[in-house]
Amino acid sequence: MLPYILRRLVLALVTLWLLATIVFLVANVLPNDVGRTILGPFAPQETVDALNAELGTDDPMLAQYGRQMKALVTFDYGDSYQSKRPVWGILSGPLWRSAKLAFYALVMTVPIAVAAGMFAARKRDRLSDRTIVLAGLASSSIPEFVTGSILAVVFGVAFGWFPVLASFPPGTSVVSQLRFLFLPALSMSVVYFGYIARMMRASTIRALEADYTRTAVMKGLSQSQVMRTHVLRNAMGPTISVISVQVGYLFGGIIGVEKVFNYNGLGQTVLIAAKAKDLPLLQASVVIIGIVYMLSTLLADIVIAWLNPRARLELGS
Amino acid sequence: MTDTHSPDEPRRSTVATEVPPALAVEDLEVAYVVRGIPRQVLRGVSFHVAPGEAYGLVGESGCGKSTTAYSALRYLPRNGRITGGRVLVDGSDITSMSDAELREFRASKASMVYQDPGSALNPTIKVGPQVVEAFRILGQSKTEAQTSALHALQRVRIADPARVLGRYPHQLSGGMLQRVVIAMALACNPRLLVLDEPTTGLDATVEAEVLDLVRALRTDTDSAILLIAHNLGVIRSMCDRVGVMYAGTVVEEGDASQIFDRPQHPYTVGLLRALPRRGLRKTERSLATIPGALPQIGADLPGCVFVDRCELATHECRTVPPPVVDLGDGRSSRCHHIDRIPEIREPEAGAVVASEGETVLQIAGVSKTFRQSGHDVPALVGVDLSLADGETLGLVGESGSGKSTLAKAILGIHAPDAGGELTLDQRQLATKISKRSSDDKRAMQIVFQNPDSALNSAWTVRKILRRSVQKLTGLNQQAADDRVAVLADHLRLSPRHLDLKPSQLSGGLKQRVAIARAFAGDPRIVVCDEPTSALDVSVQAAILNLLAELQAEQRTSYVFISHDLGVVRYLADRIAVMYLGRIMEIGATDDVFAGPHHPYTEALLSAVPSVDGEPSTRIRLDGEIPSPANPPSGCVFHPRCPRFIEGTCDREEPPMVEVSLGHVIRCHIPPDELRVLQARTAAAADATEVDAVADSVVSDEPR
Repeated sequence: MLPYILRRLVLALVTLWLLATIVFLVANVLPNDVGRTILGPFAPQETVDALNAELGTDDPMLAQYGRQMKALVTFDYGDSYQSKRPVWGILSGPLWRSAKLAFYALVMTVPIAVAAGMFAARKRDRLSDRTIVLAGLASSSIPEFVTGSILAVVFGVAFGWFPVLASFPPGTSVVSQLRFLFLPALSMSVVYFGYIARMMRASTIRALEADYTRTAVMKGLSQSQVMRTHVLRNAMGPTISVISVQVGYLFGGIIGVEKVFNYNGLGQTVLIAAKAKDLPLLQASVVIIGIVYMLSTLLADIVIAWLNPRARLELGS
Repeated sequence: MTDTHSPDEPRRSTVATEVPPALAVEDLEVAYVVRGIPRQVLRGVSFHVAPGEAYGLVGESGCGKSTTAYSALRYLPRNGRITGGRVLVDGSDITSMSDAELREFRASKASMVYQDPGSALNPTIKVGPQVVEAFRILGQSKTEAQTSALHALQRVRIADPARVLGRYPHQLSGGMLQRVVIAMALACNPRLLVLDEPTTGLDATVEAEVLDLVRALRTDTDSAILLIAHNLGVIRSMCDRVGVMYAGTVVEEGDASQIFDRPQHPYTVGLLRALPRRGLRKTERSLATIPGALPQIGADLPGCVFVDRCELATHECRTVPPPVVDLGDGRSSRCHHIDRIPEIREPEAGAVVASEGETVLQIAGVSKTFRQSGHDVPALVGVDLSLADGETLGLVGESGSGKSTLAKAILGIHAPDAGGELTLDQRQLATKISKRSSDDKRAMQIVFQNPDSALNSAWTVRKILRRSVQKLTGLNQQAADDRVAVLADHLRLSPRHLDLKPSQLSGGLKQRVAIARAFAGDPRIVVCDEPTSALDVSVQAAILNLLAELQAEQRTSYVFISHDLGVVRYLADRIAVMYLGRIMEIGATDDVFAGPHHPYTEALLSAVPSVDGEPSTRIRLDGEIPSPANPPSGCVFHPRCPRFIEGTCDREEPPMVEVSLGHVIRCHIPPDELRVLQARTAAAADATEVDAVADSVVSDEPR
């Protein structure tokens, strides 16, 4: 197990390096005058040149790339080009907010989606199953900013049950933060419910049809015992993989939802940094999202290995 | 075999009994709902199994034997419905039970052992909790159940039960897993034990162990056994009575030995004649086949269900369902024309001549070593072989013996280690297939066990064959089409079949297409890797006949791999017995079967339950085939050899000793001595039959 985790971590470093390189290349593909972008079209050329010199953005590409790589290794991204404040200081707020929202959405989605998937599998091909499958399919095919807008209009504006703007003032209590974040979390939840529920349904059906489930039923176990002891454990694996991938997505911030509810999370930060060609900020945000993504998939693999000894075997070899 | 009760139980009496049968199936009708329409699969099945009796159901796939077995525990597929009749287990009707009653019934009265033990246990849970569960459901406390689980594994003769309980299913071998499943099944001392193909997929030696175990356990329980097996030898060796099923009906029933020796229904006659029995060889006669196919499920069958394939059929058979004719002695047959059964013709003597051709293929010193996580795993060790023109060489041995690796080495799929030589028609052959000329590739073809995965499911048969013809011969489109037509004709595929896709064909037809593909370029050698293992007996007979005829016409040589010794004996001119990548014995088929045998061959032969009811010599192997990564010293077979000589067999590699011309054995014991020993064992076995085997215990040495 341990060698496996180590190998995964090494692979994760390689992936991060690729990620940082790609972000660097993409940011430099477009006409790239950082000083001009920051100072605006009317600033005198000398000021722009001075700023570029100060930021090092007129250095040769290779030198700039080297600095980025050094930052990746030391984890020190220095100051933002745009605001001159330390990158980590700028990022900590959105990072924390995104984490909160993602966690909220997950807690809201996973139990319901897993339960719905198992329920649908047990009622396979009946009306309740078809309803769940169709609802899941429909909800995950509507983009989250549409869902978000509808929810905001209905529950925020028409009924007035929840605040339309999610950005709560500092010092808001946890309970009322939950109220503020309810609508954005729900809009994310609606999208991901479908993925998780359908995956859970499919893997539950596979487990229900497996020979070991037949053995369990023939032992005379009740349906709930069969589900709990024999089906759930086997059916969870694929679902956990799906969830772990979505943790990355949710964490990276869903710009649509952040925009609709005016919530300043990582998504908005990345967008602003990209627009401003604020490379340190952009690199740091992307690397953070990448790390979360990799950790969540690694964690999922470890959980799956814990659930299923055969998966453990594959990891070991 | 006689029925086996514990002494103080009332025995099954010949007069009408007051004890209810353990299982009574009465006029059972089951339908599967397919696209909204219920289609009948069981058409009034009736039979009884007395307490302590073993009852076998036989018939080809689709005949309804598994549906019957699963109905006995009311476990049908989601679309299955019992539409009529009753199933009484120990006097209570399970068709009318509530869910709770059914659970209670399954927990305490009936159990099942399944095909494929590898998937019958939950892979995510250790063996221990799974066995414990079977006792907890009976109301035992946790500690009681744990003790019971330990005893249960001892009862199925697992050497180190505590260790096995702490393992996950994937860490145990198939035979061991099947013992665990049997232990769970016996937890409640069931009134009825249903065994569904319990040894299918296990090696012959493991199969023999599992069957011995069930036989031994029968003596200390009075569970009734319902056994489903496609292997008629297994049925004969295990069962008191047998029911023969066809198209959802029991067509014949009676005492096992009588059914197999004097069948009284045209279907049973056909089924038994399709088997290569009593040492039948291809030179004697071809196998009987049953023309036609099983009726579709749900088909309307107003008369006899077998009418379309029966050579005795008359107008009456088409319109009037035959009555169940009581033949006395508990025998019955559902046929209008029992008196005409002897008229059913045997196939004529075969035109197949054994060959004495020139050597086509010569293999010298071929070894194959795989690298596996840093270790050398020798899968083949110094194999020497020759194959004559028009000859069939049978390859036998347990799984892991290297049969398939040898076949792949010949084909060049696995290039042998340096030093091995392959010669085709006196020319040195490149060991790697990528280095072989197209003529050499054409000269050697393969037929796989599973035609489903060997044929492109998106193409029509015509396209599959045309492509093979073009690839192998370089003919143009028109010429290739002509060649396809000729091939199809040889393989008895009708033009209609050519325009179908593989998924629209039956298993037998698919295998014909696969054989046609192999013959597309007039091969010199065709490797047949278990080509009939997945097929029903009657279809197998047709394929074996076809292979024999093709060989006689085209003088193709076969390397024929099979675990079925009857089939190998029928088709092969010579047999090579393999163990751990080495050839332990090779010789003409008759010589290998006549003996003296290598002790391993002896064990293989005695492991096979015979449909002819011949007493087998019953030598049993302990343990499992060792890992090739770490082969035993001296003779690789010595740790399992019943004739092991300490100090010799474990130290020195045995020599290849020639017994008679072309019959060679790799053993330290001189052939004459082996002959004496083997005659003695056979004589002793005749006297004692079953009992001698009861004490062997298996351990779970990691594979």
